[in-house]
Amino acid sequence: MKIKDAQYYLNDDGNNQGIQVTMDNDKVIYVPLNTDNTDYAEIQRQVKAGTLTIKDAD
Amino acid sequence: MTLIKVKSRGTDNVSGRRNLIINGAMQVAQRGTTSTGVNGYYTVDRFRIYNGSVGTLTTSQESSNGPTDVPKYSFKVAATNTASTSTSSDAWIRYVIETKDIENIPNITDSTKNFTVSFYVKCSNTGQSSIGIASGSYSSAQYVHPYTIAAADTWQRVSVTIPGNSLLSNVSGDFGIRMYWDTGAGTDYQTSSTNQWITSGDYAAAGNLQIIGVNGRYLQITGVQFELGDSASDFEHRSFTEELQLCQRYYFKSMDSPPADNIPNTDTTSGNGYMGFVMYANTSGRSPYFYFPVEMRTDPSVTIYSSERANTSGRFGIFTGVWGATASSTPVVDVKRAAFGITTSSGTSTGNSYLMAGGFDANADF
Repeated sequence: MKIKDAQYYLNDDGNNQGIQVTMDNDKVIYVPLNTDNTDYAEIQRQVKAGTLTIKDAD
Repeated sequence: MTLIKVKSRGTDNVSGRRNLIINGAMQVAQRGTTSTGVNGYYTVDRFRIYNGSVGTLTTSQESSNGPTDVPKYSFKVAATNTASTSTSSDAWIRYVIETKDIENIPNITDSTKNFTVSFYVKCSNTGQSSIGIASGSYSSAQYVHPYTIAAADTWQRVSVTIPGNSLLSNVSGDFGIRMYWDTGAGTDYQTSSTNQWITSGDYAAAGNLQIIGVNGRYLQITGVQFELGDSASDFEHRSFTEELQLCQRYYFKSMDSPPADNIPNTDTTSGNGYMGFVMYANTSGRSPYFYFPVEMRTDPSVTIYSSERANTSGRFGIFTGVWGATASSTPVVDVKRAAFGITTSSGTSTGNSYLMAGGFDANADF
């Protein structure tokens, strides 16, 4: 999973709802914050490895 | 009185559901029929590839009329460049059986019972390859079965009967059982302790043919079956509709055509699409929840496209007198296993409602 950009987005309550991920081919994926989701698990792995930083929501 | 002869398991023509593999005949390829990739699902549903950071691969759903017992469709992985592997190379085709599909089958964890894995394989070269079975929690247990590819470019059937193992109860969330076809594992993942349960963390046999990194080599599989019992029965054929619906628990797209990546951004004003519901704007535009055909394995990752021809991802089409894509690529997408909804403040204004068009795909596979 080659990620170019990752940023949280908020729900109505102002809490993080998910992560908007832009892949290196510019495909945009909305990833839920669910550890059973393989993309989210991979994002967490890359964050832990220090190779990815998730930006705060706007 | 009419007597009805009931056949026992292990005899010909065993009926009923036997095969735990979804899309084992490679009929369903929602994402497309050919693609180049390194790690993920690209063509045939449920079968994932990983290149281990070595080389490039083309995957494809092949269609051919081979021997009568071989399903028409197959999954092919072909190396497209020359590259060197290392001891830690980790390259495979992987299938995962979901925990929910095995948790009611005690035989799998009973060492006095057997299960049998079978499949058809074709390869560009003769030599040895292997199939590896592992517990959902990968490190708990592995079983590697090597087989010989006797003739190049020729289908052959491989089957292996494996005793149950209590360690197979060690699932990892939804990861129930893993299956690996080696395409270029390094020595870190190879074992000589084959045809027995091991815990060394290896999924490939030592001495296998290397596919990845050898330009032009390929491995092709179909007719994958995982069944209880002491021998491989004939491959269980299921209808396309049934296989498609089973696959949609893991991946679904709303479009007829594959939502291919990197389609040129030339059609963002098209109103094509199947979403077709109304956005209503007060302080923000909101969609109703769009329900998936079946409940997905987990909350899926969702991509939204501006038209059914899948041009600009991250946006969707709205009708404001003319068709156009939303200006913003940052809607809020609320995703659940059963449905998802969209909220956006971009491209809509207070008090108006809009026809919404476009498409989406949702991925909840492993």
